[in-house]
Amino acid sequence: MTYEEILKDLVDKDERFMILTAENRAAIRNLPDKIGDRFIDTGITEQTMVGVAAGLALRGRIPVAHALASFLTMRAFEFIRTDVGIGNLPVKLVGGFSGFLSEANGPTHQAIEDVSIMRGIPNVNVFCPADEEDMLIGLRKVMESPEPFYIRYNNIKPVYKHSEKFEIGKAEVVSEGKDVTIIVYGVLFGQAVEAKEILEKKGLSVGLINLRTVKPVDEEAILNAAVNSKLLVTLEDHFITGGLYSITAELFLRNKIMCDVLPIALKDSWFKPALLQDVLEYEGFTGKKIADRIFNYK
Amino acid sequence: MEDALSARLCPVLILIVYLYKEFLNVNKNNLKDPDRDYLFLSKGHDVPALYGTFAEIGFIEKERLKNHLKTNDFIYWHPNRNIPGIEFHSGSLGHLLSVATGVAIDCKLRKQNNKIVVILGDGELDEGSVWEAALVAGAKKLDNLIAVVDRNHFQANIETEKLIPLNPISDKFEAFGWKTKSCDGHSFEELEKAFSEFPIETGKPNLIIAETRRGKGLPSIEARADRWFANFTNDEVEMLLKELHGGKITELTSETIVAR
Repeated sequence: MTYEEILKDLVDKDERFMILTAENRAAIRNLPDKIGDRFIDTGITEQTMVGVAAGLALRGRIPVAHALASFLTMRAFEFIRTDVGIGNLPVKLVGGFSGFLSEANGPTHQAIEDVSIMRGIPNVNVFCPADEEDMLIGLRKVMESPEPFYIRYNNIKPVYKHSEKFEIGKAEVVSEGKDVTIIVYGVLFGQAVEAKEILEKKGLSVGLINLRTVKPVDEEAILNAAVNSKLLVTLEDHFITGGLYSITAELFLRNKIMCDVLPIALKDSWFKPALLQDVLEYEGFTGKKIADRIFNYK
Repeated sequence: MEDALSARLCPVLILIVYLYKEFLNVNKNNLKDPDRDYLFLSKGHDVPALYGTFAEIGFIEKERLKNHLKTNDFIYWHPNRNIPGIEFHSGSLGHLLSVATGVAIDCKLRKQNNKIVVILGDGELDEGSVWEAALVAGAKKLDNLIAVVDRNHFQANIETEKLIPLNPISDKFEAFGWKTKSCDGHSFEELEKAFSEFPIETGKPNLIIAETRRGKGLPSIEARADRWFANFTNDEVEMLLKELHGGKITELTSETIVAR
């Protein structure tokens, strides 16, 4: 089933589901004709859409609200925090074109602090699937959870056969490695797989963890990697502040763990707008460049 | 004791009493009924008017008002759902027209005939999100939605027309696809007349502009921005009550609060 088909199935089988959008229909283009008045387009009104979603949730609905990630999480931030967060309402916020997926749109459209600000809201969980298949595996559990969720929508074609076993707060541990473990969420998973293959050819033992939900985060998986690997790499298409590197630092401080961590993230500037492959090259996030940085660490 | 008497003089009190006593199908026995009428107080700082009304109509025990601002309860300066009858928390202006729009959409979807009322401040109309929601409610033809603007002509520090003029409010909303009416917000008769015809026009959200004065009936505090959010002494409260019933002007000496 596709993303749209799963949403349609949820709407058909469960009267709680409503599909909303602030006029961003990329992922749900075919739904209006199929689900009729269970589809609400509020126009380019991210704040009002989130407020409407809260109102629907007060009536027992589970609204799935779509908008471009940067405008959803930032223009409507205070509505998410105040109406969805304080209200602890089961609103599902789906951010499109997050991180590097905004490609050539430029910095206005770059949601590269979204994980940081969404995870900072009490009650709000964060799901960052590695690719389309990973997203579809986790989608139903996330949608049916009674809690609010921010979802980094990701329709990248998979390069890896993911485990069908999905649990909120559980990472997918692709491999364990003695030399290095790459911890990643979202769209860079494919590059991490490539980096792992390159490093293994050079004789390294490489672990790879696909976090899936960044909040709640699988603390056990990260702590195990810290104990079993000489080096940890946090890999994310996100500012270095507030995302996975910060999550790891918070976790290690809390557990009094000292270890080598190489953060691969965006450092204090927006990325070069271009098509995805060119962004990866320019910013140093291809599998090859990631592998080089890890291999040359220290 | 002064804490328990700290009060905000809410121009919406008459409106709120009217709505709960005469207009809304909501009572202490149907607070969870999906068919009930809804009231959302978007200008959350007027919550004392709700606390007092709720105590009178039995949503909360009168005794509970003594917990005002105490950590053992939830009776603080803005509304929250720990108080029976409060439909949603507010305090941040410009939110509840959107939330009420969501509720109104759902009530329409479920083919209910209930009413969804949301009270906005006139100063609150400065917030862009109000107009965003007004546009959406108009587009969705939500004639089950009634927004009431408490038109007291003042915001926190200054007269609305001296800062960011709002007039003509009615024309603005009509241009957004609403139908509007005005009335004296201190007169039960006028309120009754304004709310008697509902929806004002089929297929359009309703806006009622309730003309009010802060501190109405109390010349010593009427139109005084420093006396709407205050801790009065017991003596001052006694004198203000007498003043309300025709007594002499109260001389206020208690400290004023600069809250915002």
